[in-house]
Amino acid sequence: MLPLQLDKVCFSAGGRSIIDHISLEIGTGPRTILLGPNGAGKSVLMRLCHGLLQPTSGAVLWRGAANGGRPRQQAMVFQRPVMLRRSALANITYGLKLAGIAPGERELRARDVLEVVGLLHVAARSARVLSGGEQQRLALARAWALNPEVLFLDEPTANLDPGATRDIESIIAAIHASGTKIIMSTHNLGQARRLGDEILFLYAGRLAERAPVDRFFRQPASAEAAAFIKGELPWQ
Amino acid sequence: MLALGEALRLVGRLDPELVAIVALSLKVSLSAVALAAAAGLPLGAAIAVGRFPGRKPLIVVLNALMGLPPVVVGLLVYLLLSRAGPLGEFGLLFTPAAMVTAQAILILPIIAALSRQVLEDAWKDYEEQLHSLGAGTFDAALTLLWDARFSLVTIVLAGFGRAAAEVGAVMIVGGNIDGVTRVMTTAIALETSKGDLALALGLGFILITLVLLLNSAAYLIKEAAQRRYG
Repeated sequence: MLPLQLDKVCFSAGGRSIIDHISLEIGTGPRTILLGPNGAGKSVLMRLCHGLLQPTSGAVLWRGAANGGRPRQQAMVFQRPVMLRRSALANITYGLKLAGIAPGERELRARDVLEVVGLLHVAARSARVLSGGEQQRLALARAWALNPEVLFLDEPTANLDPGATRDIESIIAAIHASGTKIIMSTHNLGQARRLGDEILFLYAGRLAERAPVDRFFRQPASAEAAAFIKGELPWQ
Repeated sequence: MLALGEALRLVGRLDPELVAIVALSLKVSLSAVALAAAAGLPLGAAIAVGRFPGRKPLIVVLNALMGLPPVVVGLLVYLLLSRAGPLGEFGLLFTPAAMVTAQAILILPIIAALSRQVLEDAWKDYEEQLHSLGAGTFDAALTLLWDARFSLVTIVLAGFGRAAAEVGAVMIVGGNIDGVTRVMTTAIALETSKGDLALALGLGFILITLVLLLNSAAYLIKEAAQRRYG
């Protein structure tokens, strides 16, 4: 279903422009990181791509999808995971049911993915009583179980401690290795370097710069990106 | 004091007349709450999740109907079921069925309006996640009903309390016929006006105790379940 193509996408809410004429194409392969300060429009751009928001003007197109509309082979993990009031296992089979997976296969798939993220031992426990890090791992498992072609991640470690962040990052790496395209937003530069292949730098609703990770950090082309990198890493 | 002693004696020896009245009260109010919940919870969920023209006025009307006076509901159901009324041919007036109908109408708005509020608050948290997973409006409404089940129990209990405590509607459509449609509240009203304070007090005592017991049980179940499911 890739490439994903944005054509002069704008989004405004309450008379305020949040995304301002962004055009870009995202293809298969490299992990794409949306980087930028708070309020730059990272989360909104991701929701526009995922189809949770409709652009005020412009178009979001999945070139590879049969109908060009919103394809099902995509999933999203949010900054704050929403756990349903049921067991960890049932949280995953719930998503599989909505995706139209046959009843017999749901639990097998759910157990497999729980094992990979290290949560099989809490499969029967209620998702709501798990720790923050476990809940986010479960949210990743729920998305991964759908076997998406594209996975959107909206600052998935913003609320987590370093240990839990490491767990999440290694799961994201594994999802990438399994062939899923990763599109992730963060304002953590270290994470962008660890997990990213290419950077989309957003500033004030505009795409200020797009570059491979190495180049972006070594030699940012835009003044905004240079200031952002410097501001975030004042000791460098 | 004398009346209170007599009341306790009536309760203590399970006076058959008293037992029949209590049993009918429970039967009528529990049936009414079951009907009202079966219709009101899905209605609340549909309004919480759905987006359609006229939604906001509907919410206002539903909220206002929570204050529906029981005698007015009784009168409306009376007109519907009386011989000359549109449903007169079924001969339901002055039967327990008529009382169930009236009480169900009385508490339907309470259950629908309160569950709408609870589910809409939950929906704010769930909306993006459920849409992301591909849930349609129907799936989302069902999921919300199930996930908010502990809060909904309290709402259904509020409905039961209202049904069990009201006099006006059951008095008008039931007629307070001895052995047929006499329930606790209508009996209390009658015995008080006759001066038989013992029976009236005994019934009042039982009514309060039953409501208290039911609420305690529901509270304990809710507590235990919430500890388990978070």
